[in-house]
Amino acid sequence: MSDKPKIIIGLIIFVAVFTFPFWYNHGAASSAPEPLLSDKAKEAKHCVRDTDFMRKEHMQLLDGWRDRTVRDAQRVYEIEGKEYMASLSNTCMECHSNKADFCDRCHEYASVDPYCWDCHTYPKEKK
Amino acid sequence: MENKRRSFLKFAGVSVLGLGSLSLLDGLTSDDVNASSGKASAEATYKKTANALTAKRWGMVVDTRKLNDRICKKMEKACHEAHNVPDHENKNHEIKWIWEAHYNHVFPGKNDEFLQERLKELPIPVLCNHCANPPCVQACPTQATFQREDGIVLMDFHRCIGCRFCMAACPYGSRSFNFRDPREAIKPENENKEFPTRTKGVVEKCNFCAERLAVGKQPACVEVSKGALIFGDLGDPQSEIRQVLKDNYAIRRKQNLGTNPSVYYLV
Repeated sequence: MSDKPKIIIGLIIFVAVFTFPFWYNHGAASSAPEPLLSDKAKEAKHCVRDTDFMRKEHMQLLDGWRDRTVRDAQRVYEIEGKEYMASLSNTCMECHSNKADFCDRCHEYASVDPYCWDCHTYPKEKK
Repeated sequence: MENKRRSFLKFAGVSVLGLGSLSLLDGLTSDDVNASSGKASAEATYKKTANALTAKRWGMVVDTRKLNDRICKKMEKACHEAHNVPDHENKNHEIKWIWEAHYNHVFPGKNDEFLQERLKELPIPVLCNHCANPPCVQACPTQATFQREDGIVLMDFHRCIGCRFCMAACPYGSRSFNFRDPREAIKPENENKEFPTRTKGVVEKCNFCAERLAVGKQPACVEVSKGALIFGDLGDPQSEIRQVLKDNYAIRRKQNLGTNPSVYYLV
């Protein structure tokens, strides 16, 4: 029982070290970024699908586009009577021409690094 | 003591059951979400472009009698600019979709001792043969290279892992590997913004202009060939290409290998 103070001190140090990341970063969380719409996107008002769908599932949509275009040669995506060419560079980026403000903001915040841009081109932005 | 253990086991059993059913419930609800999103995407359909050119089996005839060095260079330029093919100065990094070669290299099995004088110097354009029995497709471990229904042997760059088995399998040397980032070697003024580039570490080759066929255009090389290239449907007996093959003796590259190339040469 004479080790009681040592154990308690040890416990306190352990708890302090263990919870360090929590209280160190407390309050430092940045708010989720809001993607900026380009003028053309604002004007169009309506994307291929509704905003909620695009926000949650644009990656699945693009995945479907790429598979159907490349592997089945079906390049037209038809929804609600409207037809779109299933193309990232030629359809998406035509409105969302501001990659840095529209795509990269959230991707950086969420720490995802899509490799689309290794091959697919995007409009050059004025600095 | 006995009683304590008993009640503990009872309690543990009920908790496990409770937690288990909770996760089951979780699974059920997430299944529901998937089902509803699946229903939503069922409204969307994919189809071919209305003006797409289609065929049973695309093929090409190269009429070497109408060829000269200038036309060959023009075809190469048109193709490489349309597809953002990089122009690396180092020969080891070279990327080629269509290029010119000499008869003795194009047809090594037909290298006669007393060859017609004209053929000795003639530049002959070579490209992917889009074989009906493509060895590259068999070699590819990820199905990045595949054969379309219309006979085009196509690359899906999303899937290519850069193993280069296809390059070893292709008997025509039609494939090039991106040892370097291709964007370094694409001049901005030559860049086709509507077509992607490739990335370092993938293999690439001629795609018979699948992206142009999809919008009703002939391949880029055919367009500038001044009639030296005839592109059409080998599966349609009434097509122009079949008529040309009916009237002329044509040869194919390394036919004895059994790859069944779709590119014919009139010499």
